[in-house]
Amino acid sequence: MQKQSIFQSKLLPYALVAPQLAIVLIFFYWPALQAVIQSFLLQDAFGLSSSFVWFDNYIELFKDPAYFEAIVRTFFFSFAIAVSSLSFALLLAVMADKPLRGSMLYRTLLIWPYAVAPPVVGVLWIFMLHPSLGVLARYLRAAGVDWNPLLDGNQAAALIILAAAWKQISYNFLFFLAGLQAIPRSVFEAAAIDGARPMRRFWTVTFPLLSPTIFFLLVVNIVYAFFDTFGIIDTMTRGGPGTSTVTLVYKVYSDGLLGGNLGSSAAQSVILMVMVIVLTGIQFRFVERKVTY
Amino acid sequence: MVEQEGFRRYVAHIILWIGIAIVAFPVYIAIVASTQDNALIANGQMSLLPGGHFFEVYYQTIFVGTSGSTREPVYNMMLNSLVMALLIAVGKIAISIISAYGIVYFRFPFRMPIFWIIFITLMLPVEVRIYPTYKIVADLHMLDSYAGLALPLIASATATLLFRQFFMTVPDELLEASRIDGAGPLRFFWDTLLPLSRTNMAALFVILFILGWNQYLWPLLITTRDDMQTIQVGIRKMITTTDALTEWPVVMATAVLAMLPPVFVVVAMQKLFVRGLVETEK
Amino acid sequence: MANVTLRNVRKTYTGGFEAIKGVNVDVGDGQFCVLVGPSGCGKSTLLRMVAGLETVSGGEIDIGGRVVNQVEPADRDIAMVFQNYALYPHMSVFNNMAYGLRNRGMAETEVKTRVDEAARVLELSAMLERKPRQLSGGQRQRVAMGRAIVRQPKVFLFDEPLSNLDAKLRIAMRVEIRKLQRRLNTTSIYVTHDQLEAMTLADILVVMNGGQVEQIGNPLAIYEKPATTFVASFIGAPPMNLMSMRTEEIKSQLGSAGEAGILGIRPEDFVITDQTPAGGVALPLTVEAIERVGAETFIYGSRAEDEQRVAATPGELPPGEVIVRVPGTEAPAIGQKIRVAAVRQKLHLFSGDGRTRIEG
Repeated sequence: MQKQSIFQSKLLPYALVAPQLAIVLIFFYWPALQAVIQSFLLQDAFGLSSSFVWFDNYIELFKDPAYFEAIVRTFFFSFAIAVSSLSFALLLAVMADKPLRGSMLYRTLLIWPYAVAPPVVGVLWIFMLHPSLGVLARYLRAAGVDWNPLLDGNQAAALIILAAAWKQISYNFLFFLAGLQAIPRSVFEAAAIDGARPMRRFWTVTFPLLSPTIFFLLVVNIVYAFFDTFGIIDTMTRGGPGTSTVTLVYKVYSDGLLGGNLGSSAAQSVILMVMVIVLTGIQFRFVERKVTY
Repeated sequence: MVEQEGFRRYVAHIILWIGIAIVAFPVYIAIVASTQDNALIANGQMSLLPGGHFFEVYYQTIFVGTSGSTREPVYNMMLNSLVMALLIAVGKIAISIISAYGIVYFRFPFRMPIFWIIFITLMLPVEVRIYPTYKIVADLHMLDSYAGLALPLIASATATLLFRQFFMTVPDELLEASRIDGAGPLRFFWDTLLPLSRTNMAALFVILFILGWNQYLWPLLITTRDDMQTIQVGIRKMITTTDALTEWPVVMATAVLAMLPPVFVVVAMQKLFVRGLVETEK
Repeated sequence: MANVTLRNVRKTYTGGFEAIKGVNVDVGDGQFCVLVGPSGCGKSTLLRMVAGLETVSGGEIDIGGRVVNQVEPADRDIAMVFQNYALYPHMSVFNNMAYGLRNRGMAETEVKTRVDEAARVLELSAMLERKPRQLSGGQRQRVAMGRAIVRQPKVFLFDEPLSNLDAKLRIAMRVEIRKLQRRLNTTSIYVTHDQLEAMTLADILVVMNGGQVEQIGNPLAIYEKPATTFVASFIGAPPMNLMSMRTEEIKSQLGSAGEAGILGIRPEDFVITDQTPAGGVALPLTVEAIERVGAETFIYGSRAEDEQRVAATPGELPPGEVIVRVPGTEAPAIGQKIRVAAVRQKLHLFSGDGRTRIEG
């Protein structure tokens, strides 16, 4: 935790931590505290007075079918994005981990989408799959699909998942590749000599040895799907059609934008905070143990 | 690794190229679209090959913007994004490295509580406290300002933790030698610790720059003036108008321009990027 | 049981680097063959080619009368012990050893019998349920051995299996490996850079350098009659003293044989004496340093006149320096002038480039 050998000074250490402490207190703790307090208050229609209402805001939220739907939808999106992106990235990483000519080039060509911002991802994909002018939509129509994600909620959801998973491929690929490269080559060689065919080698050696990476990425992908999909949703569907692509974060944003119920919006924030803390907690516990095998 | 002959190796090459194609296709389409005529695109007649309008589209995008109401040249948006990204990256590195130094190399009352106060911020992204933060920034009259754009995003512990971890691996003998050589804490920091941290700082800078450049929700909320828009916000506003009016070549050119700096950073500084990514996440 | 025959085996990497430049080795059934050489000489590459982990660019690898160039590692009926053991970290000791058997569809009762037997032999019975990370280095090494022997393969391959152990354990395991191999009588190929390991283990010793075989044979025969100056200085510690025979002093003593090029004398073949044996060589030395290790004393002496450098080889002495091994009772003082001599039979003569041994 700390060095054995240190400097002696009374004031200097405080001066060193002061800037960060100030920023953290002002822009992190104060707003977070505000959110918690707000979530227990009910404001009148004009925002002039407020009264303490205990958990009413939370109870209201959970009674609201729209909120419940948003929770379910968010988890479904997270799961779908994580699974599709992880499996595709794992396939690519396993291939790129082989001793191939040009493997550095492959890596470069596969990691750059990490740098594409979520709203840009949204713009790229809506443009390709736009019902009236999208290049890919043409083919879908030609194949007999009645493609219109601007009207069909399920198609809109599929579009979001597709775009979000696409963006996450490079990140997952990079971590899978690092994970694979951390496994000594000779373990794979021993397995080959032990008579395990490539598929069996993958499931009995590679996959179990990658399980820490897989778990880590699962958590990261879920958190990503919670938050970073906002930009994608906002440029592609604005939560629509109807509310069929409204996630928890999008709901906090759009409810707040309507300027309506501050208490409810704050309660939503607090619920999100709790969810993230739980997820991060799981991840930390796990990272501490580092290995499962 | 088991060296493979023949077809299995080709399968690997083929799968990788398919992966690359999937990853690159949307961007290819964007580049192609940014060189074509809007009328053609709007009719759904877009060609899959580059058109001849490259210069006029990019000229319009960079110096004029869309013809619609938001009419803001993209170079200005890029400038805003650049300033924000640099402020976030440099600011975060600067305050983090000194606070990590304080926490690791000194013993003082409330050291651990302070560490935990900073550490906990790791858990919550700005999105979950977005409106209360907005209110603070508004109360501090920082809406539509670079400080307002950057400061709330600096308030997180990732970099502090990274530096703390790194400092812990620096051998104690270095500090002892410096002390014997008569260096005080500031001198030691400046002459020894900072040079040693250079690679870490560079790796962190690469990651933070990309994250900063790609910020969306926060800038969307706190910028109201068009001339303070970042490029990520600007591009969204370009497609708010009804479909028929969206100038797709300009939108796509903006998308390409928005990708360019961070993608360039990733490709050109791949080693630092990978290192930064792995270290900030673990 | 099987012979292993390498016929003109070559390995060329993409980019043109020739790692193995045509190697011929014949390992008889049940023999223990050791490939020895400095790092980068291609010995590991050669072993990995026998295992099927690297492709063969030219020539043939024959195991038990079958050319296996195109055969998967799994189908070559070999087992390999890796330098870092390559244990499966997520499997118990038992499962580590059972994995190769189960992959071949062996009945579980038979798997258990074989693993238990191997564990008994290797004294691992008490730790079958442990994971590799809970084992010491020596125990891991034994698990790696166990994984190889349960398979009862035609050939054992060892890739520097002892180099991660401390010195004491290394010697103990060396003896263990040799005993085990004798008992199982399985053809074995063993790679090491340690000449002592090579000497003590091998039935056939293959000394490699720069992707080529320098000499093949019985270890003692190689020690007695090294074919090149490389082998002469690589096998034996401290290394053989190599001197240019252009040196007038030696030339005059050896007469016409002195035209050959390089003279080699092992440190232990010198005696301190004032006489010059007939046909032998005597050298006046100034004692520069001595190392007394108990049973013997090593004298580092310099010759009076400076010499030309002899061909560069591992373990090469600085020009003009000679090592002499004498009984521990003798201890000349530093700076003292002594005279050492070796008899004719103990002289090794090589051509000027060091590539050919000259008998005579």
